[in-house]
Amino acid sequence: MADVDDAGWARRSVVRVVAPARPRKLVKVPFVELADGRLQGVVSSGSDIGRVYVSSITASTHAYHCSTNNNRPCGGLRGAPCKHLETLADEAVLQYGLDRVARYLRVEPDAEVNTGGELLYGLDTRHEPSSAAVVFSRFLRHLSYLEVPGSTTPLPELHWFPSTRATR
Amino acid sequence: MRGTQISALTDGDSAGLTDALNLVTGVDAALTRGLARVGEEDATALAGLAGALSTTPLANLVAEAVDKIAAGSGTPEYVAALAGARSAVLGAVHDALLTQVDVALGRSRALWTPVPAAVPGEVSPALAGARAWLSEVAVTGWHGVDHELVAEAGSVVEAALAVPELRRLAVLLDGFAAELRACVPVARMVQVPQRRWADLWSRGVLLAQDTATGDAALDVAERVSGRLLPLAVDVHEHDTAVQIQVHAIFEPADGGSPRLVRTAVGAAKVDSIGGPALWRLLPAHPVLLAALAQRCGVLVADVPIRGADMHWQDDRARLDEPVDPFAAARVLLPDALAAAPHPLDRHPAGIAEPVLVEEYAVSDQEGGLTVELDGHRLAVAVDRLPSCGPLTPELVAASSACLGLLRWDAGRWLLQPVAVQATVKRKIITVHTGDWACGVTDAKAAKADAKAGDAVTVLRERAGRLLRR
Repeated sequence: MADVDDAGWARRSVVRVVAPARPRKLVKVPFVELADGRLQGVVSSGSDIGRVYVSSITASTHAYHCSTNNNRPCGGLRGAPCKHLETLADEAVLQYGLDRVARYLRVEPDAEVNTGGELLYGLDTRHEPSSAAVVFSRFLRHLSYLEVPGSTTPLPELHWFPSTRATR
Repeated sequence: MRGTQISALTDGDSAGLTDALNLVTGVDAALTRGLARVGEEDATALAGLAGALSTTPLANLVAEAVDKIAAGSGTPEYVAALAGARSAVLGAVHDALLTQVDVALGRSRALWTPVPAAVPGEVSPALAGARAWLSEVAVTGWHGVDHELVAEAGSVVEAALAVPELRRLAVLLDGFAAELRACVPVARMVQVPQRRWADLWSRGVLLAQDTATGDAALDVAERVSGRLLPLAVDVHEHDTAVQIQVHAIFEPADGGSPRLVRTAVGAAKVDSIGGPALWRLLPAHPVLLAALAQRCGVLVADVPIRGADMHWQDDRARLDEPVDPFAAARVLLPDALAAAPHPLDRHPAGIAEPVLVEEYAVSDQEGGLTVELDGHRLAVAVDRLPSCGPLTPELVAASSACLGLLRWDAGRWLLQPVAVQATVKRKIITVHTGDWACGVTDAKAAKADAKAGDAVTVLRERAGRLLRR
């Protein structure tokens, strides 16, 4: 799996196109993704074990929103991103790396930016309510992978996807 | 492997290999630009592909498809013919390469035995959905793929995943779509992984044909009993799937000659589960995992096998005595009978031939590690060392014996290490990729694993609380 700058890269069957997700603790933020044109995910409530917050930042406009999965707005939104959004951005950077998150949000962070929270501060954000349903159903779909039964049928196509040590 | 065997592999290519690969490269470029408006260069490449197949049973089908595609008609049938033609060329490349391996190693290989096609059962509507999406992607071209088109793959994958017989298709499309999603807008990429995406796309199209599913033919498979001696553990993963494939010597209980076989177990997962936690996704196979962690043989009774693929049934397996995989490879590998893969699986990327290499020197040159034996060099695929095991590039660099899988990619043979004997602090240690199958055995790595927390448990708890409301 050669480097992308290598001229032969395009003619290889097995190259790592996307860096694997880096390991992180999932208790606070069980789900974060860069999809549907948003940095979005689910943050566990600190007080109620059965409740989660759905938080998102739109890549093109930097509009943000945070609500419970039942669409009740987060009480922490007072003209600025709440702590759920900060935590979400922090975990996104842990999982995907600062470069990939910044690229997705179409910003070039200053050199002193290290965490997702710091990245978020540097954005010209505004609040715009959006529905939690789409993100929450993506989270449920994500969780449902853990309920897919295992298999003992060989999957030859996975030879294109070798496991590789995460590079930090 | 001896030095002369390495040179038999790496010196000179089979006749026609470069020409065949150039044909494929032309098709890959056409797919990158898309089949909606085929330019002159791409039309020439597609015509070349049709020409190459003109003496095969695919000739008429492919010639017609290429004409129609050049004229702007990218219907799923024509697109399927194109995928079939590309796969046929790479199948031939695969055969030439595998023959090269067999000649170099003196390995005998049983032919694939076809079985009568199963009576087609009910055709899943998920297949038509997959074909439609794959055609649209080909017509659009990798360069034109946008978020909307990638998002459409979601329902296709979901439908396929719900049908156990379509697991291969589902897992393939999920991995492929995730890469496209991460790369949109593709036109802004420094380079497009043209060969890779065309490979994944072609295989997807083949697996999405109505006739592809009844193929496992397990009900008519040969059934065998005997002793398995695991040699090599190969780990595959993408965001939502993991597979452990074990290459082993199989000694039939009836005293037949030893066979080179493999068995695979897998699970669905999510991207945030990786590293040693992968093993915890496979609790249904305790005997297999124990055999790997303890380096033991396994006695299997009456298990199905097709070609080289033994279908794992943990309840039909029990642990046998400890086996040193290096010793087993030294004694049994040279004469073990290998088997050809299923015709559909013939692709260079699927070549993974177990070999034992000893008494070599490792050098770290520009472009990575290489092992050298009697002046003959073989590149090491260090980027295929899995996240869930203890094998590191440093251990490979300090090694003097290696069990590995021979791989081929883009004109180059590679050695994928799966176990090494290395000298660390003046002691010789043996490390296998499967050593942590029953838990991390290295104190430092165990601490890191514990610190990362148990992702599987956390997510299962979340699933239990939120999914069934």
